[in-house]
Amino acid sequence: MKDSTANYFNKHTSAAPLAVFRMFFGFLMLISIIRFWSKGWIHSLYIEPIFHFSYYGFESVKPLGLYTYALFIICAISSFFVAIGYKYRLSVLIFFLSFTYIELMDKTTYLNHYYFVSVVSFIMLFVPCNAMFSYDAISAQKSYKTVPKWTVDTLKLMLGIVYFYAGVTKINSDWLLNAMPLKLWLKSKYDLPFIGQTLMQQEWFHFFMSWGGMFYDISIPFLLLFRKTRSFAFVLVVAFHITTRILFPIGMFPYIMILSTIIFFDAKVHHKILHFTIKILEFFKMKTNNVKLSLSQVNHYKVWGTSRLIIVVFMTLQIIIPLRSLLYPGELFWNEQGYRFSWRVMLMEKKGSSIFKIVNSEADSFFYVNNDDFLTPVQQKQMSFQPDMILEYGQYLGDYFKSQGHENVAVFVESYVSLNGRLSQQFIDPSANLMELKDSFKHKFWIKPLNDEIKGF
Amino acid sequence: MAFSCSDSTDSNENVIDNFDRKIILENVTDNIILPAFNDFNPRVAQLKESIDQFSISPTLPNLETVQELWFESYKSWQHLEMFNIAKAEELYFLQKMNTYPASVSRIENNINTNIYDLESNNNNWSAQGFPALDYLLFGLADTNFDTLIFYQNNENLAYLNYLKAVVSQMLQITNMVHQDWILIRDIFVSSSENSATSSLNMLTNDFIYYFEKGLRTNKFGIPAGVFSGNNTRPANVEAYYNSTISKILSLEALGAVEDFFSGKSYNTASTGESLKSYINYMTDNTTLSSTIQMKFSDSKQLINSLDDNFSNQIATDNDSMIDVFNKLQEGVVLLKTDMLSVLSISVDYIDADGD
Repeated sequence: MKDSTANYFNKHTSAAPLAVFRMFFGFLMLISIIRFWSKGWIHSLYIEPIFHFSYYGFESVKPLGLYTYALFIICAISSFFVAIGYKYRLSVLIFFLSFTYIELMDKTTYLNHYYFVSVVSFIMLFVPCNAMFSYDAISAQKSYKTVPKWTVDTLKLMLGIVYFYAGVTKINSDWLLNAMPLKLWLKSKYDLPFIGQTLMQQEWFHFFMSWGGMFYDISIPFLLLFRKTRSFAFVLVVAFHITTRILFPIGMFPYIMILSTIIFFDAKVHHKILHFTIKILEFFKMKTNNVKLSLSQVNHYKVWGTSRLIIVVFMTLQIIIPLRSLLYPGELFWNEQGYRFSWRVMLMEKKGSSIFKIVNSEADSFFYVNNDDFLTPVQQKQMSFQPDMILEYGQYLGDYFKSQGHENVAVFVESYVSLNGRLSQQFIDPSANLMELKDSFKHKFWIKPLNDEIKGF
Repeated sequence: MAFSCSDSTDSNENVIDNFDRKIILENVTDNIILPAFNDFNPRVAQLKESIDQFSISPTLPNLETVQELWFESYKSWQHLEMFNIAKAEELYFLQKMNTYPASVSRIENNINTNIYDLESNNNNWSAQGFPALDYLLFGLADTNFDTLIFYQNNENLAYLNYLKAVVSQMLQITNMVHQDWILIRDIFVSSSENSATSSLNMLTNDFIYYFEKGLRTNKFGIPAGVFSGNNTRPANVEAYYNSTISKILSLEALGAVEDFFSGKSYNTASTGESLKSYINYMTDNTTLSSTIQMKFSDSKQLINSLDDNFSNQIATDNDSMIDVFNKLQEGVVLLKTDMLSVLSISVDYIDADGD
C-alpha cells in the first residue's frame, strides 16, 4: 500500500493540460472581472451599501471604499499574469488573495462558483501550471515536458467533487418527487422561442430535467475519467452548461466549467490547443520561435514535498466540508446550517419577508425599521431568508439605535419565508431578542422548524 | 392554447394548460391603466377649469365645486399611484401628485417669495399635488365661508396664483404621463419576458411596492406611529386638512389593489387575466390566490370599522389603526414571499448572477 502510494506520487505526466488549464482559467477570470465591473456591480454591491454582511470569523474584511476598484484592478492584472504564466507563483497568490478578499467582503453575493474560483486558485498555488508554455518557462529557457501526475489529478478531483456533490445533493424529495424548484423556474420561461410555450410548460419535462440533472452531475466525473466515454461526456458538459446558461442567470459559471473539464482529455488534445494558440499569436505577428523551441525541451518538473502534503490535507477537507450539514438537526434547506460551500446549486426557490421591531424593553414602546434605510434591494432579498444574515443585521440595527440614544434596546424580527412553492410560514422565533443571541457554528435554536419534511440529502 | 374565462371573482376557475403573460399585460393596460387615465385626466382638467373659474369669480358655490372635483380626482388618483412606470417614473409623477403630509412652511414660503420651481426641485414635492391643494382648499381657514373670505381678500392674490400654478402643474404632468401610456402601449404589452426590466416584472414589483409603502406604510403605518416609537402622527394622514375623507381614500386604494390583483376592469364588472390567474396557473390550484384575496378583504373589513376621519381614529383608538397595518403586513408577506416565489419574479431591478 505504502509502495503503491509512493509509486503514484512519483508518476509523471504531460505538463500540457496544466498549461491549457492555466490559460483558460486566467483569461476567463479576466473576462469575469471586466464583466463584473462593466455591469456596475462593484458600485452597487460594494460601494453603495452602508452595511455589509460578514462571514463568521472574517468580520474585519470589508469593502475598501473607492480603493475597492484598485482591488479589482489588482485581481484583473494578476489573472492576466496567471493566463500568460508571468511570475506565476506570485501572480496566482495575488489572484487568490484579492479574489478571496473580494468574496469575503459581503456574504450577500455568495455564489458557489465564486467559492469554486477561490478553491481552484488555492490549489493552483501548489501546482506548477507554469511548467510549460508560460512566460516564466520561456524566459528562463527551461520548459518542462512533464509534471507529477498528482498535480493534474488534483484539479480533476476538485472538478469531480463539485459535480458529484452537486448531484448527490439533488437526491431529495423536493427535487426528484416534486420537480421543485425547477417546475417553477422552467414554467416561468414562457417567452423562450419555440420551447417556451411548449416544452417548458410540460410536467414530464420538469421531471426529466430534475432527474437528468441529478444523473448528469453524479456521473459526469466518471464519464470524463474513462477514455471511451470522454468525448461523449464532453458533449454532455457543453450541452448541459449551455442549457443552464440559456435558462438561468448564472453569469460566467457555464464557461468556467466547460473549459475546466478539458483538463480530463489526454496530452494530445492539449498540445493541439497549444499549437492553435501559437497560430493565433502568429496571426497577431508575434514572434513564436522561442515558444516553439520551449515545447521541444524535455525537463521533468519536481514538486516541493510540502506542496504535496498541503494538497492532500486540503483535498481531504474538500471531501469533508460539504458533509458538515449532517451534524445539524432540522431541515437543511430551511435552517441553512452547513448549506454554503457544499456545491448545493439551484436547489431552492426561497423568498422571505423580514421586518425588524426595535423595542424599548422597559417602556413597552416599539417601532419598525424601514429596511430601505439600511440595505440595498439585493441585500434585503438575501437577508430575508438566511438566518445568520437576519441575526447579523438585527444586531447591527440594535447597536445603531443604541448609538442614536435609544435605551433598553431589544430587537425582534417578524420573518416569513416560503420554500420551494410551500405556503410561507414564520421563520424566526418572534419572541427571540436578537441582541441576546450569538452567532456561532452551533445549532440555531431560534429558527422555527419547517412544518414539513424534505427527505434525502 | 386555452385561456380560462374567469368572469367571476370567486373560485371554481379552470386551471389552464398554458399561460400567456402578454394577455395579463393587455388586460392590465387596456382595461385598468388606460381607462383609469381616461377617467382621471379629464377630472384633473375639470379641476383646473374650476380653479380658473374660482379665481375669476370667488364665490361659495365655485369654491365648493373646486373642493368636490378635488375629492373626485383624488379618489380616481388612488387607482394610478401604483403604476410608477415609464414616464411616470421619469417625471416623478406620484411624488409630485401625492407626497404627504404637505409642507406648509414650504408652500407659504413659495407663495411669499413667488419664486418656486415645481417641476425639477425635489424639495417642492411636498408643496404641490393633492396634499398642497388639500391645504389651500381646506387648511387656510376653519370654514368654507372663511376660506372664501380669505381668497376674496386682494392681499391674498398670491395664494390664488399658487393654487392655479399647482393645478396647472398637475394637469401638465398628468397629460404627459397619459399620452405616454397611449404611445408605449404596444411596446409595453409585448415585453412579456421574465427579466428585471420586462413589463410584468416592473408591474408586479410596483404593485408590491405600492401595497407595502403607498398603502400600508403611508396611509396607516406612519400616522399610527409604528415607525416612530408609538409617537402617533395624526397630521400625516392622507388629506389631513379634510381628513373626513381619509378612510374613503384608503378604501379606494385597497379596491384598486384588489382590482389589479384579480384583473378586474376599471369601473366595469368584467375580469381578465391577472396576477391571480397567473398564480393559479403556476401552482395548479387556487389556494394561494384566495389566501391573498382573503387578506385584502380582511383588511377592508378592518378599515370599514374605522372612523371616517383617521386623525380622529388615531386620537381615540390608535390600536385599530395598527390592526389594519398588521393585517396589511400579512398581505405584504404573501405577496413578497409566496407570490414572488411561485411566479419566479425577481424582487429587484438588478440582474445579479445566481448559481
